[in-house]
Amino acid sequence: MAEALLEVLGLKKYFPASGGLLRKPQWIKAVDGVSFTIQEGTIFGLVGESGCGKTTIAKTILLEEQPTQGTILWRGQNIFKMRGEALEHYRASTQAVFQDPYSSLNPRMRVGSIVAEPLIVNSFSPGRALPERVSEILAEVGLELEAVNLYPHEFSGGQRQRIAVARALASKPEFIILDEPVSALDVSIRAQIMNLLSDLQSLYKLAFLLIAHNLATVRYMSHRVGVMYLGKLVEVAETEELYNNPLNPYTKALMSAALPSHPDVQREEIILSGEVASPLNPPLGCHFHPRCPQSMPICSELEPELLEICPGHLVACHL
Amino acid sequence: MTPLLEVKNLQTYFFTRRGVTKAVDGVSFSLDKGETLGLVGESGCGKTITGMSIMRLVPQPAGRIMGGQVLFKGDDLLKKSGKEMQHIRGDHISVIFQDPMTSLNPVFTIGDQVGEPIHIHHKLDRRALLERVKEMLSVVRIPNPETRILGYPHQFSGGMRQRIVGAIALIGEPDLVIADEPTTSLDVTIQAQYLRLLKELQARHGLAILFITHDFGIVAKVCDRVAVMYAGRLVEVAEVRELFNHPAHPYTMALLRSVPKLEEQVERLQQIDGQPPILRALPPGCYFVPRCSYAMDQCQAEYPPDVEISKEHRAACWRLVKS
Repeated sequence: MAEALLEVLGLKKYFPASGGLLRKPQWIKAVDGVSFTIQEGTIFGLVGESGCGKTTIAKTILLEEQPTQGTILWRGQNIFKMRGEALEHYRASTQAVFQDPYSSLNPRMRVGSIVAEPLIVNSFSPGRALPERVSEILAEVGLELEAVNLYPHEFSGGQRQRIAVARALASKPEFIILDEPVSALDVSIRAQIMNLLSDLQSLYKLAFLLIAHNLATVRYMSHRVGVMYLGKLVEVAETEELYNNPLNPYTKALMSAALPSHPDVQREEIILSGEVASPLNPPLGCHFHPRCPQSMPICSELEPELLEICPGHLVACHL
Repeated sequence: MTPLLEVKNLQTYFFTRRGVTKAVDGVSFSLDKGETLGLVGESGCGKTITGMSIMRLVPQPAGRIMGGQVLFKGDDLLKKSGKEMQHIRGDHISVIFQDPMTSLNPVFTIGDQVGEPIHIHHKLDRRALLERVKEMLSVVRIPNPETRILGYPHQFSGGMRQRIVGAIALIGEPDLVIADEPTTSLDVTIQAQYLRLLKELQARHGLAILFITHDFGIVAKVCDRVAVMYAGRLVEVAEVRELFNHPAHPYTMALLRSVPKLEEQVERLQQIDGQPPILRALPPGCYFVPRCSYAMDQCQAEYPPDVEISKEHRAACWRLVKS
């Protein structure tokens, strides 16, 4: 049984919202009590629409944000309490690839330096071994050796994303956060990058946190999927189980709203009314109840807990 | 019956110090009243410039429409004067752009902006205009139009702004709407609401829609017919089901196979190697050759002709030419 690599426990991240001089302080509840576990060597997909908190979770894992409450454990150790060698090791083991290949690479650095940077920062490769390691990784992501001396702007979007992946692999991480890795790329290039990530994952037994809004992409790549809405996890299950048997009304609406792959695809049309509420003032009780086609009186009063309905399948809903 | 819109051999080039970019190079298609035609392709394929050329909104001085005809109700738009085009835009043909934040003016109320097309093109007294605007806002499902008419764009969510843009595009009751990636910036559930609204409005007003997109999912959901573009040229045109069931051009086939599908799980996606060509340096033969698994010698020598596969289905590929 694979070991739990990363455990997010009751994570809350609230941002202060300026209410003006005389107003009561308000809070943007970006992440409001989220817990999930990522096993070694598995891909965990996190889906949700804008404002659901998925990017904030990623930033917290990368130590770019401090939690308001709750904790994150890396192999049982609290990442926010790590110091010295343990912290260095964590940073080297956890890397990220972001959405925009145009802004995530330093335009003034050559590719060779960009890819070498994590190695230098984490004081891994001494002197001579460095260029070797860099060419090794570039080959692995399908880039030519000549790339070392070129600048990011000399590459296309898809190639730049390969550079970002190379940089993420440099320090031999165990875990990579992929935040919308292909949405900014041309459609004909996406499959290349998805296959590359998939291959590298199997080869190095990497764990991924895949954040994406495209349900089909998440289905293709993930082992396990979590659905978020307004700062909360509303459903978590193994990929096939989630896609074949979604239980939460929001998950069902999300799947219904996803674009079909063929004009003849028949789907139950669940069109939600209204807009996504603001994380500044989420509805009382279940955050989704004002838009939920199946809401009951209890939904506006009591927040549903995330409970295991069938083995491995957790849902937060009063139904 | 003559089609509402007939584009014939449209050519729009861009002239810069670095050379000539043939953004649109001999594109032909037609669109009927009440029909939705999807113009699909990746970034740089020329689909947006095609839409802009129809509206005569090609960025100048670099861009220039070099040739072809754009027949709207039989009249060639490329021969019209600037003033005549002004009468047509917003009234007979309107546009919905991708980013509602830059297509809405932040310093004018939405009431002013939605009313503008009527204000410019027709003579209506203030009260009648206001009624028309409120009616339009409720049609696009903006709640409480009476109060929101005084609101400014920044006070609305992305989905609502895109609906306001839709209201502006439709208030003049145009015959044709050019929608350029209108849902790209919207969340999945909001996108679904919006597409449904668009189809309802189309049915109600008998609109023709030219839907420009890179997403085959949108094509599957809302289009009746599809035209696929690659590097400035049309490589395939077909009725939507025919395209998905029997794609004829290798690019279309490869693209459809490389997209992950929600309805099925595959072991591995069939990727397309290489990248789209640079428009300033196009090869003499078919532009897809470097990435095509069926390329023959003839493909590199000469650009393939349009081959009629069936009544409504054509594709530009040497494989389809019977010797």
